[in-house]
Amino acid sequence: METLLSLTIGLLIAAAVYLMLARNVLRFLFGMLLLSNAVNLLIFTAGRLTFGVPSFVPEGAKLPPEDAANALPQALVLTAIVIGFGLFAFALVLVFRAYTSLGTLESAKMRVAEPEEEKA
Amino acid sequence: MRAPRPAAPLTPAVRSGPAPTATPTQRAEETAIATDPKSDRRNGIAGWAPVLLSATLFAWFCTFLPAVAEGEVLLWQLDWVPSLSVSLSFLVDGLSLTFLLLISGIGTLVMLYSDSYLRGDPQYARFALYLTSFMLSMLGLVAADNLIALFVFWELTTITSYLLIGFHNDEADSRRSALQALLVTGTGALAMMAGMILMGVAAGTFEISEIVAQGDVLREHPWYLAIMILILAGAFTKSAQVPFHFWLPNAMAAPTPVSAFLHSATMVKGGVYLLARLHPALSGTEVWLWTLTIAGAATAVFASLQAMRQTDMKQVLAYTTLMALGTLTLFLASGSAYAITAFVVFLVTHSFYKASLFLMAGCVDHGTGTRDLRVLGGLARAMPLTALAAAIAALSMAGLPPFIGFIAKELGYGGSIEAASSPLLVTGAALIANALMFTVAAVVALNPFWRRGGETPSKPHEADWQMLAGPLILAALGLAAGIFPHVLEHYAAAPIAQSLLGDAEKAKELHLWAGVNTPFLLSLATFALGLVLYFARGALRRALESTVGRLPDLDARWDDVIDGLKGFAAWQTRLLQTGKLRRYLVVIFATYAGVMAVTLAMKAAVVVELDFSDLILKQWMVVGLIVTGAAIVTVTRSRLAAIAALGTVGIGVALTFIVYSAPDVAITQLLIETLNVVLVSVALLRMPLLDPAGTHDHRPKDAVLALAVGGVVATLLLCVLAVPMDMRLTQFFEEASYPDAHGRNIVNVILVDFRAIDTFGEITVVVIAALSAYALLRTTGRRDRA
Repeated sequence: METLLSLTIGLLIAAAVYLMLARNVLRFLFGMLLLSNAVNLLIFTAGRLTFGVPSFVPEGAKLPPEDAANALPQALVLTAIVIGFGLFAFALVLVFRAYTSLGTLESAKMRVAEPEEEKA
Repeated sequence: MRAPRPAAPLTPAVRSGPAPTATPTQRAEETAIATDPKSDRRNGIAGWAPVLLSATLFAWFCTFLPAVAEGEVLLWQLDWVPSLSVSLSFLVDGLSLTFLLLISGIGTLVMLYSDSYLRGDPQYARFALYLTSFMLSMLGLVAADNLIALFVFWELTTITSYLLIGFHNDEADSRRSALQALLVTGTGALAMMAGMILMGVAAGTFEISEIVAQGDVLREHPWYLAIMILILAGAFTKSAQVPFHFWLPNAMAAPTPVSAFLHSATMVKGGVYLLARLHPALSGTEVWLWTLTIAGAATAVFASLQAMRQTDMKQVLAYTTLMALGTLTLFLASGSAYAITAFVVFLVTHSFYKASLFLMAGCVDHGTGTRDLRVLGGLARAMPLTALAAAIAALSMAGLPPFIGFIAKELGYGGSIEAASSPLLVTGAALIANALMFTVAAVVALNPFWRRGGETPSKPHEADWQMLAGPLILAALGLAAGIFPHVLEHYAAAPIAQSLLGDAEKAKELHLWAGVNTPFLLSLATFALGLVLYFARGALRRALESTVGRLPDLDARWDDVIDGLKGFAAWQTRLLQTGKLRRYLVVIFATYAGVMAVTLAMKAAVVVELDFSDLILKQWMVVGLIVTGAAIVTVTRSRLAAIAALGTVGIGVALTFIVYSAPDVAITQLLIETLNVVLVSVALLRMPLLDPAGTHDHRPKDAVLALAVGGVVATLLLCVLAVPMDMRLTQFFEEASYPDAHGRNIVNVILVDFRAIDTFGEITVVVIAALSAYALLRTTGRRDRA
C-alpha cells in the first residue's frame, strides 16, 4: 500500500503544481490546498502505515500494543492540517480582497506595487 | 538617477590653458572656507576633545619608546571569536610604535588645525567624530596582531575615509570621489581578506607574530603565489600604486586636514605598513622582489611626472604622495639592510614634510581663497610663518642637507645601487623621481611665497596659531631629525630592523656626512638635474602634456565602469525579479525538481516492486477518490465542480487516515475539509468564473513541470520507505505517555503535553489568521464605497 500511496501523492503534487502555475489565483489557491493535503499524506506515509491498530495505551497497560501505529507523524500531521487551514483561509480572504480592490483574478495583472511602465 | 559627470577632475585646469578655472575640488574647498574664519562661533567640545584625546594617546605611546628601543615587544590579548581563532590581540614593536607615534602625533596637530580651519562649520562635530574614529581605527590597524582584527580595522579606516572624502556631501564631485575611494580600496580589501584567510590556514594561525616566524613554511607553500597576489591587491589599492592610483588625487575633495592626515601621512601608508609587517613572511622570493620593484618604480616615476603637470597645490602634493608611496614599496621589494633603513627614514621624513606641506596648502587656501599655483605668489610678506614652514618642509622634500630628507635620499641611493633586482633600473627610477621632487618642492612651496604672483581672490592674511602649529612643528621636526639623526636611528630604524630583519644591528647608521661616495655623487646629480628641470619646467610641462597626459587612465573610464555595473544590476534584477508570480513559481519548482532529481540519481538506487496483489478493494477506492478529485479540480472550468472535487480529495485523505489507524487526524481532516468547502463556496459566490468566457487554460509545458515535480516527490518517498524507520522518538513517547503524562491517547498526549508549546503556537497562528482575515473583510466594503 505504501507504494500505491506514494504514487498517489506524486499525482496529487503534480496536480497541485499544475494548478499553482495557473494564471487565475483561485486555481493557485486550489493548488495550495491540494499541496497541503499531499504533504500531510507524505509525512503520514513516511512514518509507515499500520492497519487498524491506533496508538492507544489499553486500559490496565502501560504501553500500547507492540504493533500500534506510529504516533509521532500523526501528531505532526494534525498540527499541519490546522496550520494549513489557517493559511488557506487567510489566503482566500486575501484573494477575495484583491479581487474587490483590483477587479481581476489574474496574478499577472496585479501590479499595484510594480506597474508595468516602470519596467524600462 | 545618474549624477552629472564631472569634467575630468584631475587636470582640467592645465588643459584649459592659462585662464585659471577652478577645478571641482577647488570649489568644494571654497565652500568650506566661505564660512567666516573670524566667526565667534567656536566648535566647543568637538573642537578640543579630539586634540586632548590624541595628545594623551601620543604621550602614552611615548612611554613605550625606551622599552621598544631595547628590542622589547609588548603584547596584549583578548579573545574575540575564539571559535574562528579571531582574537583582539595587539602587538607593539618598532614598526607598530613608529606608526602609532606618527598617527597620534600628526593626529594631534591635525585636530588642532581642523578646529580653526573649519571653525563655525555647523557640521564640525560630525567631522571631528569621523576624524577621531579614523584615528582610532588607524591606531588599531597598526597595532593589531591578528589578521582578522587587522582586516576589521583596515575596513574601518576605509569607511571613515569614505565619510571624510565625502564630507561636503552636497557636492556631486565629493560624493563621486568618496565612492571611488571606497570601491577601489574596498575591492582590494576583499581580495586581501581572501589572502589573509589562505595565509592563516597555511600557517595554522591568524596571529601575525606567529605567522612572520614561519616565513620559510609560507614561501614553500603551494598557496604562496595566491596569498601574495591577494594581499598585494589589498596593499596596492590602499597605498594607491599604479594602476590603482587614480582614487588618491580625487580624494583631495576632502577638507585639507583630511588630505594631510589620511591621504598623505597615515591611511595610504596602511598598505605599505602591511607590506612591511608581512615582509618577514612573504619577502625573499623572485616574484615578490620584481612585483614590488616594478610597481614601486612605476608609481614613483609616473607620479612625479604627473605632479609636474598639476597646477592645484593639493593635486601636486597628492601626486608627490603617490611618488613617496611608490618609493616606499620599492624599498620593501628587497630585504637589504640599506633598503629597510631607507624605508624607515623615508617613511618618517615623508610624514613630516608632507603633512606639513598639506597643512601649509590649507593655510594658503584659507588666507588667499585659492590654491592655483599660477595665481599664487609673493605671499612671504603677508604670511611669513606659513612661508617659513613651507620653506623648511620643502627643503626636506627636496632632499637638501641638513634636513632629514637628505639622509633619506642618501640611504635610498645606498639601497638602490645594491638592489637585488636591477640596480640600474632602481637607481634610475629613484634618480628621476628624486630630481622631480626637487623641482616640485620648489614649485609648490617656494614659488607661491617668493616669486611674483597674480591677484588672489581675497587679500592674503596669515593663519592663526592653531593652523600654524602643525606645519611649523612638523617642518621643524624634519630639520631636527636631520641634525640629530641618531635619535631616529635609535628609536625607529633599529627597532624596525629588528621587526623586519630580526636583527637591530643591521640598521644602517644615519649620517649627514658619510664622505664622498656613490650615494653622495648621485645626490649631486639629483640636485643638478632638479635645477635644470626647474628652469625648464615650462617646456617639461608641455612635453608631459603630450605624453603622460595621453596615457590611458582608469579614472576616465570610472563612470563607465560604474554605469556598467549599475546596468548589469538593473538587467539581472529585471531578469530575476519579473514581478510575475508564475515566473517565480516556475523557477522554484524547476529548481526543486532539478536538484532533487540529480541528488536522487546520484545517491539513491531504489527498486520498486509494483506488486499490488495484497491490496483490498477498500484501499483502491480511497486512492480512487483522491485521484479522481485531483483530476477534476485540475481540468474543470466550473466553480462548483472544483469545490466538490476538492472536498472529495479531502474526504479521501481523511479515509486514508481512518484506515491506517489515525482516527484523531481523520476527525480533524474532516472538520477542516468541511470548513474549507464552506469558505470557498461563500467566497466564490462573489467572484467570477475561473476562465473568462471563451478561453481555456491549457498549459502543456506546466503539465510537464508538474509531473516532474510529482515524480521526484514520489521517488523520494519510495526511497525513504526503502530504508529502515528510526522509531526511537516514537518509542520514547509510547513509553512516557501513560506513566508520565497520564494519557492513553498517545497522539493527543504528544500534542497537548510534550509539544504543548508548538500547539500553542499553532493556535496563535490560527487566531492571527482569523483576525487578519476579519480586518481585511471589514475594510473591503468601506474601500469600495470610498
